[in-house]
Amino acid sequence: MKNNLLIAMRMTLVTTLLFGLIYPLAVTGLAQLLFPGQANGELIQKGGKLIGSRLLGQAFSAPGYFRSRPSFAGTGYDGGSSGGSNLGPTNKILISRVQVEVARLKAENPGVPVPVDLVTASGSGLDPHITPAAAEFQVPRVARERRASEADIRAVVTRHSLGRQFGFLGEPRVNVLELNLDLDAAYPSSR
Amino acid sequence: MTANGWFQIAVFLLVILAITKPLGVFMTNVFTRKKTFLDTVLRPLERLVYRLTGVDETREMSWIEYGAAMLLFSLVSMLLLYLIERTQQWLPFNPQKLGAVAQDLAFNTAASFTTNTNWQAYTPETTMSYLTQMAGLAYHNFASAAVGIALAIAVIRGISSREMKTIGNFWVDVTRSFLWVLLPACLLVSLVFVSQGVVQNLRPYDTAQLINPYQTQATGADGKTTTQTVAQQTIAQGPVASQEAIKELGTNGGGFFNANSAHPFENPTPFSNFLQVVLIFAIPSGLTYTLGRMTGSPKHGWAVWSAMTVLFLAGVLTVFWAEARGNPLPAGVDQTPSSLQAGGNMEGKEVRFGIANSALFATVTTDASCGAVNGMHDSFTPLGGMVPLVNIMLGEVVFGGVGSGLYGMLVFVILAVFIAGLMVGRTPEYLGKKIEAFDVKMAMLSVLVFSLATLALPAIAAVSPRFGTSSISNPGAHGLSQILYAYVSATGNNGSAFNGINSNTFWYNTTLAISMLMGRFLAVIPILAIAGNLARKKISPPSLGAFPVTTPLFTMLLVSTVVVVGALTFFPVLSLGPILEQVLMTAGRSF
Repeated sequence: MKNNLLIAMRMTLVTTLLFGLIYPLAVTGLAQLLFPGQANGELIQKGGKLIGSRLLGQAFSAPGYFRSRPSFAGTGYDGGSSGGSNLGPTNKILISRVQVEVARLKAENPGVPVPVDLVTASGSGLDPHITPAAAEFQVPRVARERRASEADIRAVVTRHSLGRQFGFLGEPRVNVLELNLDLDAAYPSSR
Repeated sequence: MTANGWFQIAVFLLVILAITKPLGVFMTNVFTRKKTFLDTVLRPLERLVYRLTGVDETREMSWIEYGAAMLLFSLVSMLLLYLIERTQQWLPFNPQKLGAVAQDLAFNTAASFTTNTNWQAYTPETTMSYLTQMAGLAYHNFASAAVGIALAIAVIRGISSREMKTIGNFWVDVTRSFLWVLLPACLLVSLVFVSQGVVQNLRPYDTAQLINPYQTQATGADGKTTTQTVAQQTIAQGPVASQEAIKELGTNGGGFFNANSAHPFENPTPFSNFLQVVLIFAIPSGLTYTLGRMTGSPKHGWAVWSAMTVLFLAGVLTVFWAEARGNPLPAGVDQTPSSLQAGGNMEGKEVRFGIANSALFATVTTDASCGAVNGMHDSFTPLGGMVPLVNIMLGEVVFGGVGSGLYGMLVFVILAVFIAGLMVGRTPEYLGKKIEAFDVKMAMLSVLVFSLATLALPAIAAVSPRFGTSSISNPGAHGLSQILYAYVSATGNNGSAFNGINSNTFWYNTTLAISMLMGRFLAVIPILAIAGNLARKKISPPSLGAFPVTTPLFTMLLVSTVVVVGALTFFPVLSLGPILEQVLMTAGRSF
């Protein structure tokens, strides 16, 4: 028994060294060597400034931008405080929050049903994507604001649309940050 | 429910089917000390570990010594984790300068990671330094998984050996799990994760300047609401990929970030997501083949695998169906699946995963004792959220945790064989060994410990705001589900949550830690006792009257045993939680 206790102590130290330090540091070294962009968060620089990560969503409130989904990460899309609303399906707070969003969006684009992802918060609060349906819903507003034709805006959306990975995995989606950056470059007319 | 969703689930199951035999054979070779292709590299490392720790690899242990060594290793490593958490402010790899973790939270977290639960009552981004994450939390992802595999192997040895007093050497089994089963796969997989976009660095958090700053209302300490402009985004970083690999492969589930596998830095693409669900089932599924091979009855292994698969399919199809139907309460929302959107109940889910992958992940993570999430279970529809809860209540024997799933299922195998014996009026036999009163008593003890911790503690918590009810965030029937899920998840060593509940309170930190320790250690001791007792028995040639454990009939009986034990224990409380909520939701009620 006493011998096993000694072994337990030594085993804890040896394996902590191996698996708690050497292993993660080795992976860090290899990752930085092989995939430096991915290992550091696929950061986007513009004019020498860090403006975000390709993988993390951001909030967009100006009408000329495509909006992201509602977010409960901190005050919204806070990459230091990820998380969802955790509101249950029968919670009145959830239902009324969704109804407020629906009313706001209906005013922008009357007569079209609101795609569900535009009025629901993601689990991470950092979802970088919206569905193609949610992008299509916003095309008329963005086109109006940027004084461009809907077809032109749709063409930019298509450039940032991703299909299913390997043709079958996941769901089709549009990267909102990249789409908006591209819009600023192509149709900078309005904010 | 889209055709593509069905297809993804089918591909997943086929991949699991395909890797079961190779992994099972590999693990058999590792633990019966036959040659494997990794020996040239790992054998010297193994010898080094034994030399440094003073392990005599030829020594065999009785079940009591095996259990004692397991408890000592868990205790010592748990204390070290507690120490690291409490002193992280003075230790290196802490670029965010995070302070010490509070006492009750540090105890809860130490218990949580030692027991392979990975219940997280904290927000990692603002609580745990990189050193604590690597050397404390990710380390325990390895250690608790290695312990689980060792225990399962010891139990299989108990079944397969004849008239032996010993069931192997705990230190050897743990070391070989660490080195052969976990390390090579994690090295490889963590780099694949990085290629998909999982971050792996030791940098301080980045700050991005938003291109479209936004206004937000904040309520100050004086109760006045002020409008603030948010012009920056914090980007949390860290050594994530190395932890992500073992988090899934070891069925641990503790997120590097608060949002766990919903976070784009933990799970950026549909492929990384697919890899994660495959990793969760890989070892538990392979161990069913190891069971068959080590006991000389591969068909028995497949019969157990089939029972698990039946329960898996029942679960995943229910969640997929419930979530795809969406939430009927909000009006004017388009939840219909089309080529442009997945539709369904998207609250708490990511666009890249949609409904099918969120349903698959939720089922897999709770079938196994993983507990990682790629969508928030709290926001699932009542029936969709009930499936993860029920999966854990069934004892996480649907593939289950690494090791713990198999030894948990073997308890039900013994009960099934016992029930079959009663039905035909013969002494129950399991693979040539007589199952006697002691074995059945121990099996029942393990089942009862689980029921006690999962029902008695939530019952107390639900009594008073001073205990549990003040932490509820969703009113109505859903509130009971939140409390129930917390204790079921803790005792089942799962770690997923109906996350809206505020569990970082003295009451929850303490009682949930006790549940986790009971669920792991009290439940496994009776199982080790069965292993020790079976090891001592003779193997008699199969008699005509023995109930064969290799047939579809056995698979059916095993599934029924699992379902009946679970239903008898939990149906009453389920009817007050998720079932009631589903009925009320259908009737248009909200709370």
